[in-house]
Amino acid sequence: MTPPLRNPHQERWNFRFRLGVTWWFVIVLFLALIARLAWLQIVAQRYYHTLAEANRIAIVPLVPQRGLILDRHGVVLAENRYEFDLEIDPHLCPDIPATLEALTQLVSISPSDRKLFQKMRDESHGLAPVAIRTHLTEEEVARFSVNRYRFPGVDIEARLTRTYPLGLHAAHLIGYIGRINEEDQDHLEDEDLSDQYRGTNHIGKSGIEKHYESLLHGTTGSEQVETDAAGHGLRSLAQTAPVSGNDLYLTIDARLQQVAEEAFGLQRGALVAIDPETGEVLAFVSQPGFDPNLFVDGIDQEHWNDLNTSPDHPLNDRALRGQYPPGSTVKPFMALAALQLKVRSADEVLYDPGYFSFPGSSHRYRDWREGGHGNVDMALSIIQSCDTYYYSLANAMGIDRMHDFFTLFGFGQKTGIDLDGEAAGLYPSSAWKQKKYHQDWYAGDTVISGIGQGYVLATPLQLAVATAMLANQGKRMTPHLVRAIRHAESGRITPIAPKVGQALSFRPEDLETVRNAMIGVMKPGGTAAQAGMGAPYSMAGKTGTAQVVGIRQGEKYKASALTEHNRDHALFIAYAPAEHPRLAVAVLVENGGHGGSTAAPIARQVFDYYLLGKRSPPPPALPAAAPHD
Amino acid sequence: MIKRAYLRWIAPMDRTLLHTTLFLVLFSLIVLYSASGGEVGKVLSQVRNLGLAFGVMGLVARTNPHILERLAFPLYGLALLALIAVALFGEVSHGARRWLHLGPLHVQPSELMKLALPMALAAFFEWRARTRNWRDFVVAALMVLVPVGLVLRQPDLGTALLIASSGFYILYFAGLPWKVMGLLGALALAALPLLWPLLHGYQKKRILIFLDPTQDPLGAGYHTLQAMIAIGSGGVLGKGWLQGTQSHLDFLPEHTTDFIFAVFGEEFGLVGELVFLGAMLVLITRGFYIANEGSTPFSRLMAGALSMTLFTYTFVNMGMVSGILPVVGVPLPFLSYGGTSLVTLFSSVGFLMSVHHHRKLVKQ
Repeated sequence: MTPPLRNPHQERWNFRFRLGVTWWFVIVLFLALIARLAWLQIVAQRYYHTLAEANRIAIVPLVPQRGLILDRHGVVLAENRYEFDLEIDPHLCPDIPATLEALTQLVSISPSDRKLFQKMRDESHGLAPVAIRTHLTEEEVARFSVNRYRFPGVDIEARLTRTYPLGLHAAHLIGYIGRINEEDQDHLEDEDLSDQYRGTNHIGKSGIEKHYESLLHGTTGSEQVETDAAGHGLRSLAQTAPVSGNDLYLTIDARLQQVAEEAFGLQRGALVAIDPETGEVLAFVSQPGFDPNLFVDGIDQEHWNDLNTSPDHPLNDRALRGQYPPGSTVKPFMALAALQLKVRSADEVLYDPGYFSFPGSSHRYRDWREGGHGNVDMALSIIQSCDTYYYSLANAMGIDRMHDFFTLFGFGQKTGIDLDGEAAGLYPSSAWKQKKYHQDWYAGDTVISGIGQGYVLATPLQLAVATAMLANQGKRMTPHLVRAIRHAESGRITPIAPKVGQALSFRPEDLETVRNAMIGVMKPGGTAAQAGMGAPYSMAGKTGTAQVVGIRQGEKYKASALTEHNRDHALFIAYAPAEHPRLAVAVLVENGGHGGSTAAPIARQVFDYYLLGKRSPPPPALPAAAPHD
Repeated sequence: MIKRAYLRWIAPMDRTLLHTTLFLVLFSLIVLYSASGGEVGKVLSQVRNLGLAFGVMGLVARTNPHILERLAFPLYGLALLALIAVALFGEVSHGARRWLHLGPLHVQPSELMKLALPMALAAFFEWRARTRNWRDFVVAALMVLVPVGLVLRQPDLGTALLIASSGFYILYFAGLPWKVMGLLGALALAALPLLWPLLHGYQKKRILIFLDPTQDPLGAGYHTLQAMIAIGSGGVLGKGWLQGTQSHLDFLPEHTTDFIFAVFGEEFGLVGELVFLGAMLVLITRGFYIANEGSTPFSRLMAGALSMTLFTYTFVNMGMVSGILPVVGVPLPFLSYGGTSLVTLFSSVGFLMSVHHHRKLVKQ
């Protein structure tokens, strides 16, 4: 089509032609612009002139009220209360230093108040009133009100503040709101929400407050205000009312939560209690707690240092983010895997000499009981928590089959609970080790995985969900914390339906074997017999102990020889009543030693309260030789 | 001495362009003084920017287009590498990856691409001048699409469109067949509904708000509404310098940068706007005239495309402020405050001057 050599004269002519066409194109578009401008400035001039001149309209955001957070019975967990601040308007205040001096006679103003005031003043460039004191007492409010005439530009400002009436209780779960910082601002801009947050100073920072921010915040309204030349509002012209945020009814039972938290005493740890049929989380404990009220208006340095440097790490949500070796609590799952995959039958007996070793190797994988448990079948292996049985079982099953089975129970994956920042835990496989460490998987790795040690890590939440699955015949319900949403405008309550994760099918007789063994754990002869004693309902449980430090070959674990933070973690999982489970619980006590003696009694108090409605008396004194596991 | 300096620096400058530019610059400082609310600091800082921009303009004006042509490909390559670097290690700010940190420097490579792409395309067509065929247009189209795609991914729709348009102008002046353009236009129209789901939330919102600004009186619609109130209330003669109420009462956002035209329209009225548009038309027409007499295909194509780019910025900005185009971040040539856009603008004018100055020098 195109000739190989172009004619330069033809080219030049074409170019000139195109320039001409384009010039006319420019003229036409400029004319269109002029037409538009002429329309604005001649035809519609009067209209816009009225808008600009007669009504200098400022659009003021109307901030919605944040939704409440309530427990399943309506107990208030987070609400908005009036607080009184003392504010100074730099425009109207003639002499700020002198005013501050005079104000100290009436209200207490600390150096840190002054520092914050100076900082906020710099940030607002002197455009807006800035608070010099927050949380005035009633007395201070009264004292200032009487003397108000002496302080031009100073005034008391009432505002709604988020308060958490329960204080330390359920702090990790409820979370808190805090001032919107630059990072939040960037995030809001990304989500295109910055207009919605005009006038809003706080945003959910953790827990439910953060995860359900969009439901709790509400919709910002706006008001068109006529202003005078200085920009002060004269009268309201039109307004779109704000819509308050939705109230959230949690699945949590606040009283059960408190019973569980108190059961921990001064011990560190976590507890998660789930209704196995619905996945509703009834208690979600991480101990020690912290006071979320401190964070709402910016935490002061002193409290922050206390919380941040405490060796107990109170800000750490252990239930959601703490990853621990699950220890012997994996044994019921191992047993079920053995039955399901037909690696062992329930009545197959193994002789336990007190250790397991590979043929031709002198390395001994020791049982917790010196000298061993003798002849052990599956039921006894759970009741007495025989390690050797599971070393040998794991060796027979192989890590990859174990990995696949435990993955079905949710190990190594997030549970999908409605909170941000959940840890996934870890269940290893040979492929995983190859990828992560570029090393082959060793048979020894498999053996210790069989008792929930080695690479295996789980969060207390994961253990609770897995236990609930066991209680629910293998049917997995996604754990959730919000039970219903109350819509602010209509008052309509929308319940949140339980979500079925996946349903595994097991042979009923296999499930029964494991359940009966777990019931045996709570009976005399079992590792949690103390905790199960005298219960008017039947419990199915399993104790666990997770090593924090390795014990060398030929040495013995002696709690007294280790510093507190190196002692074993105590674990316990259980559900009750065993026949028709209503509650599944996982307990972890950090450095608590034996699961049967420290973790199981906590679970017992939770069951007693939930199933019988009573707080149990303090547990009886422990016998000298507590069962190990 | 003085005569030598004059010959070196002033003589290469085309008088029409120089005088119009000087006129617009003085004009812009007067408007900026009012728009910034009488803030002398901002005006002085703009004077400093202008000094730098004038220096760059003089330098480009006395440089032979032939030398600029040789710079074209390296510059394009550099800009492309920088864009790829942004995609890989750029700093994320406000959800977009646009900036590159080179030690203390923060660079936005998409700005460089605005000049590098038309230069490289013009140089490419110069190289292929004798044997040009349809395959060259395919290659050229790829040279446009790669950087445009990278900028789109940042995501920065406005800049991507501006870069695409500067590339398109070269293709157009190089003789892209009308039939192909018609076909592409039809395809683009047909593809619009398909592109909609690919847009980001904020982009969709901007377009919806453009269609009905009252939808979102607190957000983006607010800008347009306030700008329209400012311009409309100005009337034919305007309220007079420093007399605008909308901008001075802080109703108007970005009133020294992207929305400065609203301040201008409020205070100087339709008459002032016609003067400004007239001056811009003089610049564009002179640019076309220079393009026509350019000595090489490179300088002709560049002069045509740069003139059109000048037009594009003016039209898109004024269209956005007066509410006939959606809000995109495009500065108004000469009037908007800001150093980077000023330097880019003045180097374009300098380029036109250079083409004019060297029109009789034949290459080789």
